[in-house]
Amino acid sequence: MAWLDSLSPQTQFVFFTLLKIACVLGPLLTLVAYAVLAERKVSALIQDRVGPNRVNLPLIGSIPVLGPFLTKLGFWHPLVDGVKSFIKEDFTPAHVRKIYFWLAPAISLVPAFLVIAVIPFGSTLGAQKMVIADLNVGILYTFGIVSLGVYGIVLAGYAANSKFPFLGGIRASAQMISYEIAMGMSVIPVFLVVGDLNLGKIIEHQAQNGWNVLPIFGGGFSAQSLLLIPCGVISFLIFFISALAETNRLPFDMAESESELVSGYHTEYSSMKFGMFFIGEYANMFAGAAMMTTLFLGGWTLPFLGLDVAPADGEWWKGLLHIGIFMAKMLGFMFTFIWIRWMLPRFRYDQLMDLGWRRMIPLALANIILTAAVLALTNR
Amino acid sequence: MAFPDILFYLFAFLTLLFGALVVANPFSRNPVTSAMFLVLTICAMAGLFVLLNAFFLAAVQILVYAGAVMVLFLFVIMLLDLKEEQRRKINLFGIVTGMGSVLGLGFLLMRTIWGGDLEQAANPSVIGDTKALGLELFTKGQFLLPFEIVSVLLLVAMVGVILLSKKELK
Repeated sequence: MAWLDSLSPQTQFVFFTLLKIACVLGPLLTLVAYAVLAERKVSALIQDRVGPNRVNLPLIGSIPVLGPFLTKLGFWHPLVDGVKSFIKEDFTPAHVRKIYFWLAPAISLVPAFLVIAVIPFGSTLGAQKMVIADLNVGILYTFGIVSLGVYGIVLAGYAANSKFPFLGGIRASAQMISYEIAMGMSVIPVFLVVGDLNLGKIIEHQAQNGWNVLPIFGGGFSAQSLLLIPCGVISFLIFFISALAETNRLPFDMAESESELVSGYHTEYSSMKFGMFFIGEYANMFAGAAMMTTLFLGGWTLPFLGLDVAPADGEWWKGLLHIGIFMAKMLGFMFTFIWIRWMLPRFRYDQLMDLGWRRMIPLALANIILTAAVLALTNR
Repeated sequence: MAFPDILFYLFAFLTLLFGALVVANPFSRNPVTSAMFLVLTICAMAGLFVLLNAFFLAAVQILVYAGAVMVLFLFVIMLLDLKEEQRRKINLFGIVTGMGSVLGLGFLLMRTIWGGDLEQAANPSVIGDTKALGLELFTKGQFLLPFEIVSVLLLVAMVGVILLSKKELK
């Protein structure tokens, strides 16, 4: 490590930032691929089927127990799915608006990855904080970027220049704008309680005073923490439902809705362009899951065994454990997303708008006032 | 030239370039293209805010303008008939009034820059911290009164929009 110490602080900063970006993006893309497999396996489980169990690799497949087991698990399916996406014919229909047709998949993919940049996915390893960009306005940044995600879908609908995709795009934009409001408002109680917009500070506060969704661990039982329980639960539920709507997941997948819109905004897309929408959707789910973990479930902390403080010098295993805890919570949310998708039917469009505007937004506003009142009365 | 300076010129150039492409795009007269360039202009301006240490403003700029207002613009443009707009010729009246207002605004801007104290303006009193911004806005004698007036104005606008968009008044 001598050569590292010889570098100037700026160069070290750039070096470690690039390293962190690589170490986040690589696993994230792998996770996205395996989330698709998880989706197929969980859906199979719920519908009492077997699910993908065919792909067999020549050498590994002939290892006695392990090979057939991995095949049965569908372990190689993401690999061949990826290859399939790339080698399929990339067909551009004649009637599309070319420039937007090419741009839309990229625009829908980028915001999901940009959101991950401010999420603290672990405590520290060595002297490095496990977050790519430690912004003071972290949460506002995420909301800004998430709000840009709608362009990918709107432009895809517009670019396709035909009726079903256009309807899908319009539906998606109306839905995403509506639920963004509820989502933004559901987070305000968290800020009122924590008093900071930095995601790292939010986790620190939760480590000391209990998780925002259920502030009972840590800090003991005080009147305030008991009174804040309903606020936290309401915030969390609104955020969770809005996250489902923002990622266009069932029961809110109006933008795609296969049976009526022939898969909506990406009807005209094929090959890897469609693949990019697909990756974007799952990356968005990971971003949403990571946000919920950070804002409501205490991020990389656990309230016992001393896992709620950043590791001391030389306790690198604890740093790794923190990353593991964060991943476990995030994957738990991913499983819930998938589970919900295969258990619930789709809403009607007017029901969706009604729920967003007439139920969730007033509830979120009331929750802000309730939280503020609790905080004012218990004197902070 | 230091790195922030380079970034400033980059973002300033991009803002002007995209801004020009919003109103006078030589390649396309498509309103959707104009709206998308307006989004890019707003993003470039957010970059300028970041260089001024106004992180809060930068985030809100993207969140409100690029993320919400422009999506609604796009929404409306897509639902309207676009063919008419693309065929329309640029008329003399539009050019004259447009140029007139740009020159007027430019004159005001130049006067402010020449008349103001640039040294003081270069040191912002509020660093992009949300708390500092909130205190500045909600302290009596600071910006409390203007802020409240703007809020009431927005409320009036909202009520007005609802009133206008209702088909029949009961």
